[in-house]
Amino acid sequence: MRAPAVAEARPVAAPSARRGGAGRAVPRQLHPGAWWLWALGCATAASRTTNVLLLLLVIAVLGYVVSARRTAAPWARAFGVFLKVAGVVLVFRTVFQIVLAPSQPGLLLFTLPEVPLPDWAAGVTLGGPVTGEAVLAAVSDGLRLATLLLCIGAANALANPKRLLAVLPAALYEVGIAVVVAITFTPQLVESVQRIRGARRLRGRPHRGPRSVIQVALPVLEDALERSLALAAAMDSRGYGRRAAVPTATRRATGVLLLGGLLGACFGVYGLLDASSSLPAALSALASGLVVCGAGLHLAGRRTVRSRYRPDPWRSPEWLTTAAGLTAAALVVVAGGIDPSAISPSVSPLAVPPFPPLAAAGILVALLPAFVTPPPTLHGAGPSHAELDAAVGTDRPQVPA
Amino acid sequence: MIDLDRVTVTYDGAARPSLHDVSLHVPEGELCLVIGPTGTGKTTLLRTVNGLVPHSTGGTLRGRVTVGGRDTRTHPPRDMADLVGVVGQDPLAGMVTDVVEEELAYGMESLALPADVMRRRVEETLDLLGLVHLRHRPVRTLSGGERQRVAIGSVLTVGPRVLVLDEPTSALDPPAAEEVLAALHRLVHDLGITVLLAEHRLERVVQFADRVVLLRGDGGPPVVGDPATVLAQAPVAPPVVELGRVARWSPLPLTVRDARRSAGPLRERLTGHQPRRRGVDRDGTPIAEVRDLVVRYGPTVALRGVDLALHRGEVVALMGRNGAGKSSLLAALTGSVSPAAGDVRVAGQDPSALSGAALIAEVGLVPQQPADLLYAPTVAEECAAADADADVPDGTCRQLLERLVPGLDDDHHPRDLSEGQRLALVLAIVLTAAPALLLLDEPTRGLDLGAKVRLVEVLEELAAEGHAIVLASHDVELVAEVATRTVVIADGEVVADGPTAEVVVGSPAFAPQVSKVLAPEPWLTVTEVAEALAVLP
Repeated sequence: MRAPAVAEARPVAAPSARRGGAGRAVPRQLHPGAWWLWALGCATAASRTTNVLLLLLVIAVLGYVVSARRTAAPWARAFGVFLKVAGVVLVFRTVFQIVLAPSQPGLLLFTLPEVPLPDWAAGVTLGGPVTGEAVLAAVSDGLRLATLLLCIGAANALANPKRLLAVLPAALYEVGIAVVVAITFTPQLVESVQRIRGARRLRGRPHRGPRSVIQVALPVLEDALERSLALAAAMDSRGYGRRAAVPTATRRATGVLLLGGLLGACFGVYGLLDASSSLPAALSALASGLVVCGAGLHLAGRRTVRSRYRPDPWRSPEWLTTAAGLTAAALVVVAGGIDPSAISPSVSPLAVPPFPPLAAAGILVALLPAFVTPPPTLHGAGPSHAELDAAVGTDRPQVPA
Repeated sequence: MIDLDRVTVTYDGAARPSLHDVSLHVPEGELCLVIGPTGTGKTTLLRTVNGLVPHSTGGTLRGRVTVGGRDTRTHPPRDMADLVGVVGQDPLAGMVTDVVEEELAYGMESLALPADVMRRRVEETLDLLGLVHLRHRPVRTLSGGERQRVAIGSVLTVGPRVLVLDEPTSALDPPAAEEVLAALHRLVHDLGITVLLAEHRLERVVQFADRVVLLRGDGGPPVVGDPATVLAQAPVAPPVVELGRVARWSPLPLTVRDARRSAGPLRERLTGHQPRRRGVDRDGTPIAEVRDLVVRYGPTVALRGVDLALHRGEVVALMGRNGAGKSSLLAALTGSVSPAAGDVRVAGQDPSALSGAALIAEVGLVPQQPADLLYAPTVAEECAAADADADVPDGTCRQLLERLVPGLDDDHHPRDLSEGQRLALVLAIVLTAAPALLLLDEPTRGLDLGAKVRLVEVLEELAAEGHAIVLASHDVELVAEVATRTVVIADGEVVADGPTAEVVVGSPAFAPQVSKVLAPEPWLTVTEVAEALAVLP
């Protein structure tokens, strides 16, 4: 079973080793949190602009980093899936805007047959003249949405979603484990649907059609329930849910801190993504919200007694990756402050969008992780044997321990 | 180490206790085997040890259970986790994470062990159970034996002093079962872990046991003692013990090796005799025929070029590793999967084109999880539905059920039945339509020896009535008892096909115990030997 896996993985890992720079670093998985922060940075940058050139640059950066640093693990294929979804979103967004939005003055491309709509649908038109300006506006908007999707796709492809759950603060551990269990249960549910549908046929009952769906649902749910009970019993007997005693005052303080912090953080994020609000206010709300939240989580973590097996280390590549993402976001935001017309260019009159050098440089900084991070190991979970053997001696301490 | 003091367990709403007045003392370092017919409370007994009964199952426990000085009354299962490791019947059902290495670490994380201790123990456990090459594998891709070893490993990493296992080898093919038992043997002998183990496959485990607990289920106290003493009183025993009884050996042998050393005179007496076996007329038109069958799931080829003809009155055993293609062949015979190439005919028709009453009249399958075929809330409704599906007079299914398990209550919920009763119910439902071809997938999983004896009788009757029967099974003793022909599948191809005696004698994995004792003579079962001895001078 091992040999084919290695053979499949090689084409993915080899280019990154050839690209030099990080070629000599010991392969390891980057901390999933670093990838997500980087992707969020890119997403913030993308969300602030409708400049098609900048958005295309973000997509190129994402694509390059993903192809250089993804593994052979199943989740690494997420980027391809997200690319397709993003394409569909772009096309739909554009077509809907062209067909449904009121026509704008400008360069007339073609005219769609107009369908008269009743009064209650005021503001919505169906068809009519289509101008180049309207198309460009629709494409830029759709592209921004698609780029945001791709940022999430890149994070998914680069970081094992489950490892990300594992780095949640101790207080959120139980939420994390619930998500892990749910993820594991999905394939099992599909399997039990197939099994029970097959069994229905063997009893001479219809196994297709809407009626059978309802009749299959009951045994499938029973099956899932039984499995959940078995899992609950197993987790209980393996020590899940051991708790430390915590005074009531601490518990109340935890609640207040968490709730207040979350509210602050929400306002901050809203302000940051909404280009019209004041930037310093948004940033300070976000920062103070996060600090309060962190304090709350730290207090809440006191109740949970557990340790972590092979935690992902946070070293300089993680700092650099996070910094690269945040720099991209910061520079695009700053460039928007200096010259809003370059970051969110007007579609009329129709012209090639300007190319703001500062924002472009910021986005290019996000390319850094493709070179400064260690290459990934062949599988997602950790270093393989051959790699461990190769790493014995000089580089051993570099391997996550 | 484990002390049960007059323990009685009554589940909520149950009329009588599942476990009645059981007292048991298991000293440290022993391997204690719990046996008894299904429904006598073996699982309940095991689950009292770490407090899952009654903390997680509900019900009332009277008496006292203490393990290593901890009373389960005051310690819920999570507080026993560092002392008692529990592995359930289905190892996959108890797995929380999806990769072997993380699964091994999960328990330690819950107990907040320091990182360096965790790292060391994971490595030690990987070595101890031979799992090193599997460390990064997703648990769902493991074979049955590997999963069981991972499940054992995952409770072992926290360093428990007691290990509780519920039927660890029932679902495994013989080599995988040996893997697991070898690992257990090592734990008991090298690490001094106390093991409490329930198992129906006595022939596999009894040789490892220091002490046997026989639950009789009649309200009386359990019989506790060393294996030979307890088995002498047990109503059913593994074939090697039965052979010892028939041949009047004393002391009774527990292992093939013991038996073989006593068997010299018996072998001599039997020389020149042939076991009486039912002949099957294989000349007529076969009921079902498979020609050059290829079944694939995406890139995986499950069966490649299989040829098979099934005749009336035949009982064909399909043997082979987990994942060799046995279930795929059964699925192809029911038409549940379409062949990628080749041809499947049941009574001259393509089974995948059949449905409804026409299908169940030709072919019936008892799946590996019989409960899949059950939907109704009571046994009576289930039987009525089966009559309606098969378009036969009312009461047909109920009569069949009465023949298989007399006196089953009409109002029971099918999911509350014991494994054996549930299998009987499903078998009755399938037989209601009187299919010419009857398929059984692992029918003895979870069955006690008594239920197995009844199953063998039923299958022989059905074969005599002219049904063709195919059973996919790891149970070499069942195959030796009932199969007229054995087909061994490996890697999707038929590697052996012939009369059972010819295929299994001399095979290290598939030979039954009697054959191992009396080889090279072609005896397979105790019944054959007993019949021969009865006519011998």
